[in-house]
Amino acid sequence: MAALSDQLLVVAILSYLAAMVCHATEYAFGTRSHVGRAATRPARELVAVGAPAPDLAPDIPPASPTRSRNGRAALAGRAAVAVTVIAVLAHLGCLVARGVAADRAPWGNMYEFVLAVTFVGAVGWLGLLARRPAIRHLGLFVALAMVLLLGVDGMVLYTPIVPLVPALNSFWFVIHVSAAVLASGVFLLGFVPAAMFLIRSGYDRGKRGFPYSLGRRVPAADALERLAFRLHAFAFPIWTFGVSAGAIWAEAAWGRYWGWDPKETWAFISWVVYAGYLHARATPSVRRSTATWIAVIGFLTMLMNLFGVNLFFEGLHSYAGVD
Amino acid sequence: MSLLRNSWRQLTSMRTALILLFLLAIAAIPGSVLPQKDVSIEDVRAYLRAHPDLGPWLDRLWGFEVFASPWFAAIYLLLFTSLVGCVVPRLRDHVRALRAVPPDAPRRLERLPQHADGAAHDGDPAVVAAALRGGLRRRRWRAVVREQSDGTWTVSAEKGYLKETGNLLFHSALLAVLLGVGVGSWFGWHGNRLVVAGPDTAFCNTLQQYDEYGLGPRVDSAGLPPFCLELTDFRATYLDTGQPSSFRAAARLDGVGPARTVEFSVNDPLRLNGTNVYLLGHGYAPVIRYTDRYGQAQTTVAPFLATDGMLTSEGAAKFPDANVDPRSGVRDSRAQMGFEGLYLPTVPDSPPYVRSVFPAERSPALLLWAYRGDLGENAGIPSSVFRLDRRQVDAGRLTQVGEPKLMRPGEKWTLDDGTTVEFLGTRQWVTVSVRHDPGTFVVLGGVGVLIVGLLLSLSGKRRRVWFRVTPHGESPTGGSSLVEAGGLPRTEYPGFAEEFARVVGDARAGGTN
Repeated sequence: MAALSDQLLVVAILSYLAAMVCHATEYAFGTRSHVGRAATRPARELVAVGAPAPDLAPDIPPASPTRSRNGRAALAGRAAVAVTVIAVLAHLGCLVARGVAADRAPWGNMYEFVLAVTFVGAVGWLGLLARRPAIRHLGLFVALAMVLLLGVDGMVLYTPIVPLVPALNSFWFVIHVSAAVLASGVFLLGFVPAAMFLIRSGYDRGKRGFPYSLGRRVPAADALERLAFRLHAFAFPIWTFGVSAGAIWAEAAWGRYWGWDPKETWAFISWVVYAGYLHARATPSVRRSTATWIAVIGFLTMLMNLFGVNLFFEGLHSYAGVD
Repeated sequence: MSLLRNSWRQLTSMRTALILLFLLAIAAIPGSVLPQKDVSIEDVRAYLRAHPDLGPWLDRLWGFEVFASPWFAAIYLLLFTSLVGCVVPRLRDHVRALRAVPPDAPRRLERLPQHADGAAHDGDPAVVAAALRGGLRRRRWRAVVREQSDGTWTVSAEKGYLKETGNLLFHSALLAVLLGVGVGSWFGWHGNRLVVAGPDTAFCNTLQQYDEYGLGPRVDSAGLPPFCLELTDFRATYLDTGQPSSFRAAARLDGVGPARTVEFSVNDPLRLNGTNVYLLGHGYAPVIRYTDRYGQAQTTVAPFLATDGMLTSEGAAKFPDANVDPRSGVRDSRAQMGFEGLYLPTVPDSPPYVRSVFPAERSPALLLWAYRGDLGENAGIPSSVFRLDRRQVDAGRLTQVGEPKLMRPGEKWTLDDGTTVEFLGTRQWVTVSVRHDPGTFVVLGGVGVLIVGLLLSLSGKRRRVWFRVTPHGESPTGGSSLVEAGGLPRTEYPGFAEEFARVVGDARAGGTN
């Protein structure tokens, strides 16, 4: 079972990679692509007097070759989604096999935690995609995040299966860690539209350098921003619950509900930063891009808590199992 | 006065609150980077030794007690003041809004984000308006009917007050959490101690008996609940790899109710009417008997501290009263005895015998170093019970006797002066933390309300709909009316168009029947 889980991880990573390639294909040649739009733009617009100079696009006269290319690009996009589904199934299989092999919930160390968080992110992504097919262009960045995180997870953080130490042997293990996994996964997913909103709004203001050039084909800025807000608003209460459940557990296991252990401190920091984001978002006088920057910082604190605290600080949450 | 009013306005503005939130997050960072006194005082001392220049400055700036520092307190107290200043007016407004009726319809409904053109309904405007209001009320809208001077009737309805209620609950709950934390630190206390198994090493709940303790400023040290605890048994089970799989301590409890045997473990503390006993750690305490040159035997139970996961343990056994002439009572301070030891619960099959290979006692052995001389315990300087005073050794006042010796339980080692030391066996010890925190339930309740408030506040949507009912010719059954509708989401609500369509559809269905 353990070996099966490891093989499925490889399958999942390769499938996410394939999805990324398909998304990139669509991204480069798709209907909303720079070239495609310029080609289908009415000629009148190109010569509008006083208008800003149009993008330097080759004037491709007939629309028919473009259309067939667009068709092929959309096919690549759909293929990307199909491959993502395969990747998520392999990802699920990897988690389940790991859980069966270990005979416990599959989030007992850092390797498994990252595995579970990315799974939540991927499932959430497919759920979003089912409701709003228009955001498919974000898939490139979702798949990229998956490949990077799972790659690091498999290569750097991999840990053989061991049972839980007595301190973790509690039903709060299931509640606290699953809430943390769920919230982290949704924060991870929310980070993608948040970052893309910043890129897109920079692009809209006329910035063309990297990374703003990526903003060319992603959904409209306000749609991205709303999506980012809703994902964060969904994850924040779960995060609050997860931290509270951790506090209740800590009272039973360590004798105090809060002790400023490094993990606790960073969970608090993330909570405060995300609370700041929600407040900023609700305040009309704060610009949306400022608010979104706070959300991005919030995600950086989550990353710090996961990687920084597990690998560099010593504390009571030292269950990473990474040497 | 105006200065005060302006600073108050500044403090309670959202901008200030955001800056304070951000400062709070940043101020917490050193608390995770630097070792903290209330987490591990040992780490703080090690840090001070390693950084003799920077360390004292950090100490002066409360760098090792960030969360008790004045600057951290200043940030959160300002933040909470700002919060109160923001919440109180909002509470007043919300109470007012809850008691007020929804405002009258705007003159031009078609200018609202949602609008439905007029449709004919049977019945007089007054009747239609009343029916609309009834339908809205059944769907838990707060609705009111108004007759206008021009003969039209309007229905105003509003929903989603729970959003603001949740918002206020969330912020009030934060205050409750702060209060609970405060109560805990004022009226709470804790003590930590190492308890060796056996009736002679039982402990009672008084401050003198704790190795380390903390009392809240409002706690009377004489008022600690009286009870005594004797560790009778400790069981640890391990996997083949040496990883522990369970710990369980059994103890005899006296003083709370009838004397009885109790069990507790990690994740399952002993709860005694608000005082809780937590199992934190465990180890082995070798029992060592030394018989001096006058034939006087003394036995000591010396808890050894584990240095690795296989419970290789280090410690010391001291016999300051060894070799005192029983007839004259004269103490020869150069003939005190001390032993340093390395205890291996499971010795490896072949040398070197310096690391245990399994944490349970499968093949125990004690490696002892014997020292004779002045233990240096009369100088009044507190010394560790876990090691000999290295200064005495370095100064030559305490000298090693012979080579270190590996002893199995029951073995005896005769030293060069004919005295003997015996390794009788081991006892288990545990470290317990005894705690009382009366604020816990305030915090718990606060957190519960906080989460409920958060959910209401984030999921709630405040919205208004209006209907304008105007007289419209005659119908077979009497009057007829034209009903126009408009809707306004007062908070972000992407699904409002669908809900508005549903509300209007229901109104139409109700009106034509």
